[in-house]
Amino acid sequence: MKVRLVDIAHARSGDKGDTANVGVIALRPEWYPLIRDQLSLDRVASHFKGMITGGVQRYELPNLSALNFLLHGALDGGGTLSLKTDAQGKVYSTALLRMVLDVPDAEAQKLGLPSAES
Amino acid sequence: MKPVVRVAAGQGFWGDWLAAPRRQVEGGPVDYLMLDYLAEVTMSILQKQKERDPSMGYARDFVGAIDSVLDAVVNRGVRVIANAGGVNPHGCADAILALAAQRGVSGKLTLGVVTGDDLLPRLDELMAQGHALANMDTGEPLSTVRDRVLSANAYIGSEPIIEALGKGANIVITGRSTDTALTMAPLRYEFGWGATDWNKLAAGIIAGHIIECGAQCSGGNCLYDWESVPDLANVGYPIVEATPDGVFEIVKHPGTGGRISVPSVSEQLVYEMGDPHAYITPDVVADFTSIKLQQSGENRVRVHGITGGPPTDKLKVSIAYKAGFKAVGTLVYSWPDAMAKAKRADEVLRQRFEMLGMKFDAIVTEYVGANSTHGPLASESHDINEVQLRIGVRSPDRTMVERFTRELAPLVLNGPPSVTGFAGGRPKVEEIVAYWPALIDKTVVTPVVEMRS
Repeated sequence: MKVRLVDIAHARSGDKGDTANVGVIALRPEWYPLIRDQLSLDRVASHFKGMITGGVQRYELPNLSALNFLLHGALDGGGTLSLKTDAQGKVYSTALLRMVLDVPDAEAQKLGLPSAES
Repeated sequence: MKPVVRVAAGQGFWGDWLAAPRRQVEGGPVDYLMLDYLAEVTMSILQKQKERDPSMGYARDFVGAIDSVLDAVVNRGVRVIANAGGVNPHGCADAILALAAQRGVSGKLTLGVVTGDDLLPRLDELMAQGHALANMDTGEPLSTVRDRVLSANAYIGSEPIIEALGKGANIVITGRSTDTALTMAPLRYEFGWGATDWNKLAAGIIAGHIIECGAQCSGGNCLYDWESVPDLANVGYPIVEATPDGVFEIVKHPGTGGRISVPSVSEQLVYEMGDPHAYITPDVVADFTSIKLQQSGENRVRVHGITGGPPTDKLKVSIAYKAGFKAVGTLVYSWPDAMAKAKRADEVLRQRFEMLGMKFDAIVTEYVGANSTHGPLASESHDINEVQLRIGVRSPDRTMVERFTRELAPLVLNGPPSVTGFAGGRPKVEEIVAYWPALIDKTVVTPVVEMRS
């Protein structure tokens, strides 16, 4: 089943220099393991391909049902150098939430996940 | 010892809601009002202001904030802690003392002024001693941009603030203190936490991180169930209610809007986060993976379980330097074929740059309304009603950027059709003040506390 990340998580992002951070938080604690397993470093790096010039770092915060990603080279130099509308990476959060996950039907049903089609 | 200490956040950045400080001291009991004014680039803006007028260089909003809370400070014992001093904490203190005289309360204010963070006058001496102040992101030594440096300030921690409180300050004015120390210091002072009570110090720092952006933890900018967040017009700014064991709750005054919930606090916890295992401050390294959150009442979140460890032997230094010029201009194109017209205008512009020999370090084109924030991830927009072409350039050469600002308006008559939205006139050329993060040995930075009244 296709599941939209925006239907099972919320997120906030910010900046440090030319790096954007995206913290993504499961809407329900029981959905955290799914997000943790699906949002691998490679998956997130390929999601942001074309938007960032550097690498990605990934951290787990099971206590907050959250993951934290650092996206390097995301802000055209960052801060005052940047020519971008989103110079401070404020909405990289919602850009991550555009991701659509493939979840086996049985697991999706067990977790009560909302389907992308509905 | 007080069983509970309440620290209220009244400003999350310079430019935050002017009404917030007063609402925080009048909406219910608070012991401390914490005002955070300094973002990464703020110090350089303040440095420029000080160069034009030596009495300036601090966050001038602070004077109005104190004016609005003066009764609570003078008559009800609310103490204020703010990093409003910027690059001129004593200039800030002068302005507050002048305000006190004007309001007839001279002698009733004791200011604790914290300095010692300003490394600009010592920069050459420090570099000669072998402090490279290398850029933390690129590794380049500061010598590559030394002649363009505008400001250099070390982030200092809780100790000088505690010293000022101990000497009776009812207003503490600092320069580049860490945002989080402004909250942790009064807790450490009131509860007598020692310099190696790592878990408690870490709790104070995390309390500071949660409230340092003001309403961003109490329903503001909250994506979680955002439509149901009540009464944002009347949003309550957050208050830390702490106990001596390092456990605290995030609350807001009764009758205010917004929402304090596990999701709203979680969003703020991950904001501007790096490695969650090691949130480094001058006082302690806090572990964000230890934080436990619990909804302990309506608009009340309990935070506990926090652990921390010893800090490093370095302080972070915030350096600002001149890095050329930039300008950003916009035009709006309407249906039909709005996107195609805007794209054609961009092509025309870039072709003219080439024809005229105009070269830039960077040219960034965005289509606001289509893909300016989500880039290639944005869904393809067909038949959109309008789009804003937004184009920016960057160059070390001011005249090149000036010339750019003359190239947009002609497109109204000599480019693609259905264009409007140029009433604001030519884009303005801005000098870029860039940020250079570095580290320095803690031993070379000595905070100084002076009491004034």
